[in-house]
Amino acid sequence: MKARALHVSALLLMIAALMLPAGAEGWSRSASALMCALVSIVCALVGLRRWNRTLEHGSTLLAVLCGAVAPLLLFAGPGPFGTAAPGIWVFLLGWALLLWRALSILSWLPRRGPEALAAPAAFGIALLYVWQVLVVGFGVPQVLLPAPTQVAHILATRLDVLWPDFQQTFLKAVLSGYAIGCASGFLVAVMADRVPFLKRGLLPLSGLVSAVPIVGIAPILVMWFGFDWQSKAAVVVVVTFFPMLVNTLAGLAAADAMQRDLMHSYAASYAQTLTKLRLPAALPFVFNALKINSTLALIAAIVAEFFGSPILGLGFRISAEVARLNVDVVWAAIAIAALAGSMFYGLIAVVERACTFWHPSYRV
Amino acid sequence: MTTDAAALPAALHTGVGADFVHRIGPVAAIIVAVIVLWYGAAVWLNAPRVIERFKNDERPWTARELVEATWSMERPVLPAPHQIAQNFYETVFRTPIDSKRSLVYHAGVTVSATLLGFLFGTVLGILLAIGIVHSPVLDRSLLPWIIASQTVPILAIAPMVVVVLGSIGFVGLFPKAVISMYLCFFPVTIGMVKGLRSPDPLQLDLMRTYSASPGQVLWKLRWPAAADFMFASLKVAIATSLVGAIVGELPTGAQAGLGARLLSGSYYGQTIQIWAALIMAAIIGVMLVALVGIIEHVVARHMGRPA
Amino acid sequence: MNGLPLAIDIRSLSLTFETGGTPVVALDDINLSIRRGEFVSFIGPSGCGKTTLLRVIADLQAPSAGGIAVNGVSPEAARLNRVYGYVFQAPALYAWRSVLRNVMLPLEIIGMTAPERKRRALRYLSMVGLEGFERKFPWQLSGGMQQRVSIARALAFEPELLLMDEPFGALDEITRDHLNDQLLRLWEQTGKTVVFVTHSISEAVFLSNRIVVMSPRPGRILEIIGNDLPPGRRLDVRETPQFLEVAHRVRQALRAGHSYDD
Repeated sequence: MKARALHVSALLLMIAALMLPAGAEGWSRSASALMCALVSIVCALVGLRRWNRTLEHGSTLLAVLCGAVAPLLLFAGPGPFGTAAPGIWVFLLGWALLLWRALSILSWLPRRGPEALAAPAAFGIALLYVWQVLVVGFGVPQVLLPAPTQVAHILATRLDVLWPDFQQTFLKAVLSGYAIGCASGFLVAVMADRVPFLKRGLLPLSGLVSAVPIVGIAPILVMWFGFDWQSKAAVVVVVTFFPMLVNTLAGLAAADAMQRDLMHSYAASYAQTLTKLRLPAALPFVFNALKINSTLALIAAIVAEFFGSPILGLGFRISAEVARLNVDVVWAAIAIAALAGSMFYGLIAVVERACTFWHPSYRV
Repeated sequence: MTTDAAALPAALHTGVGADFVHRIGPVAAIIVAVIVLWYGAAVWLNAPRVIERFKNDERPWTARELVEATWSMERPVLPAPHQIAQNFYETVFRTPIDSKRSLVYHAGVTVSATLLGFLFGTVLGILLAIGIVHSPVLDRSLLPWIIASQTVPILAIAPMVVVVLGSIGFVGLFPKAVISMYLCFFPVTIGMVKGLRSPDPLQLDLMRTYSASPGQVLWKLRWPAAADFMFASLKVAIATSLVGAIVGELPTGAQAGLGARLLSGSYYGQTIQIWAALIMAAIIGVMLVALVGIIEHVVARHMGRPA
Repeated sequence: MNGLPLAIDIRSLSLTFETGGTPVVALDDINLSIRRGEFVSFIGPSGCGKTTLLRVIADLQAPSAGGIAVNGVSPEAARLNRVYGYVFQAPALYAWRSVLRNVMLPLEIIGMTAPERKRRALRYLSMVGLEGFERKFPWQLSGGMQQRVSIARALAFEPELLLMDEPFGALDEITRDHLNDQLLRLWEQTGKTVVFVTHSISEAVFLSNRIVVMSPRPGRILEIIGNDLPPGRRLDVRETPQFLEVAHRVRQALRAGHSYDD
């Protein structure tokens, strides 16, 4: 079976690795590392036998954990690592195969509820781990690619600089631009729904605009609104307007013919039909646009700052520090932007769930 | 609207003519309205500086002179449409293509990065999608991260990519293509995953009764079923790839490409140059999406669909 | 005949659809009178225009020629007077509203006060046998239950005229029988005028006073068959010879109208 073959090859690699040189000190000098590696191999062996499901899975997962610790302990000692320590890399290769096995175990967990997060969480942590190990192991210069631990360190220590940047970009430019852009897109869509002439004119134009790199208008808006956050907010407004318009129009058309005939038979007015039928039916589309816009807004604000900004802002920080080769600050700024973006999106997804719980897409 | 219809010749009331007018009319009306508003805005935004200049010249001026002056400034706050059109015409048709001042040259630089990145991104997206559809491990571990990656402002990483790749010796086209690739693999992946999973369970069961291997099912059922989704994603992807190529030119002050033109225009206050570059970017964006549309049309015809 | 005023009066009604090229005659010279309190079924093969006729009565479609009066006024005026309760082939419930709020929808539109709305909605829900399900959402109910909510919604409106377009067509036979029985009892209880479209002969004979048999396109009335089955009848009447005789007459009429031809 493929799973067993994987497991067996992982074991063989890990055992072979113990016999290869592993840096200046090697396996023999670092007792704790050797201990972890051995525990990992034993657990993997146990996981190979088919006594008991829980034992099999549990020991494989334990093997992965211990196997991950071993190289880290070795890296605490003196080098050189890189190509001079094939033992570590072969061990990691075996570990990676074991990881795959562990992930396939986690993939069998139910798709709903908190257990569903186990597989992606494990994968994400593993990815960070591999990044750390590769950077430290190959001695990658920090100027090029800092390790996750270094980025975390910068985040903690340079918060005094990064927090005002965050305020400038996210709290001022993104949030205000997003609110104005989405609100105006929504209102224009409701108006265009009422006046079909507008709708027939705006829809093709929106399609056209979506093919155009909107961020290009940033320099123009900087000229009009000045260097400060207002010009960035203006870019965000333009970027978020069209997706909201298109999606709201699609949503307003979503109520099916039967439901509309029903309203007609009740002699409901346009306003009643709009508020009781068409707007609720349009909500899934509106939220789709809100989610898309959340990521677009942040990107637009940051890119707009590449074109010119006072000495503040995440985009400014990134472009300025890149020029000075303070790569760790850049990565910290990117990390903050990533965190802000995902939390913004996540917040909207939560609100969406509460408002559109009834939509078929939630009933898998 | 009814008054417009009444004014048209009777021949346009029936058949294809009426439908054409019905569809083009509103778009044309809005474009005309935009142009009119543009000229008005140009007067309004440029007037302060023109008035300033007139005051310095210390001579009386008429409203007509004011309006004409606002439409022919050298570095206007808002250039008039005809100024942009003129600059566009000159840098596209009147300048030799290999010159650094030709907009076509800059467009070519950007488009080459766009297409390369689009190619990489599409290939990567399709491979990832096939992997995700066939491996439960990738489906549960990787797919959530791919979706989460979109909540990250990827363009923020653009400067880093350019620097890191530059230090290992990759400059020019390749870093921009990498940025474009990173931007456009996502719509392709998500669209293809949806598409590869779109066949009816009944059709998949039929394949099972034929003992078809996963490869055969992929090639004969899933891939054709995914065509619609793929082309929709490709259109989004190519537009995004263009954005990526342009942004990739910003951080290190590249010398060539539309993004570079935008940047240098903004540094030197050459607003007409900025607008011309923007119009060129818009045209290219529309052309690229239309190109994908044409390919889609050809494929659909080949598959026997009315498209 | 029984002195009650006419609920629906249709004279020489025609409807032709202009679809691009050839015009399609959906209804051809329809003449029909329906009195208050009657239960009338329209039956015929697919495409005979029975749904179209129902939609014309409900002011969802305009006729090309001829006249129609509902309670003495035009269908549009009747609609604005909120005379109709329409039940579609599918439940057409709003997925974001609970069962109770779905039934209260028409009452909100006519501006009833909240306590009155709730009272009425609960009453009609129990009338269709769905008490206890007020807080459920449509997707949590079976097809038959959803259709019952749809009927409760139409009844809660307390319209004078109930228009039903193959409401049980999508359900299995057992559920259908059950709902037929319930509908008949409701009609006996409330005494409304009901116009019912169906393509099931036994359903038409079981439920109605009069059966209007229609021909395939162009839609014409072939025959109007009176039904003398006793009031207060239950499902087992379907095995009596009287029932079979009426069903036979309906089938004859359909055959005569070439409904069974290829």
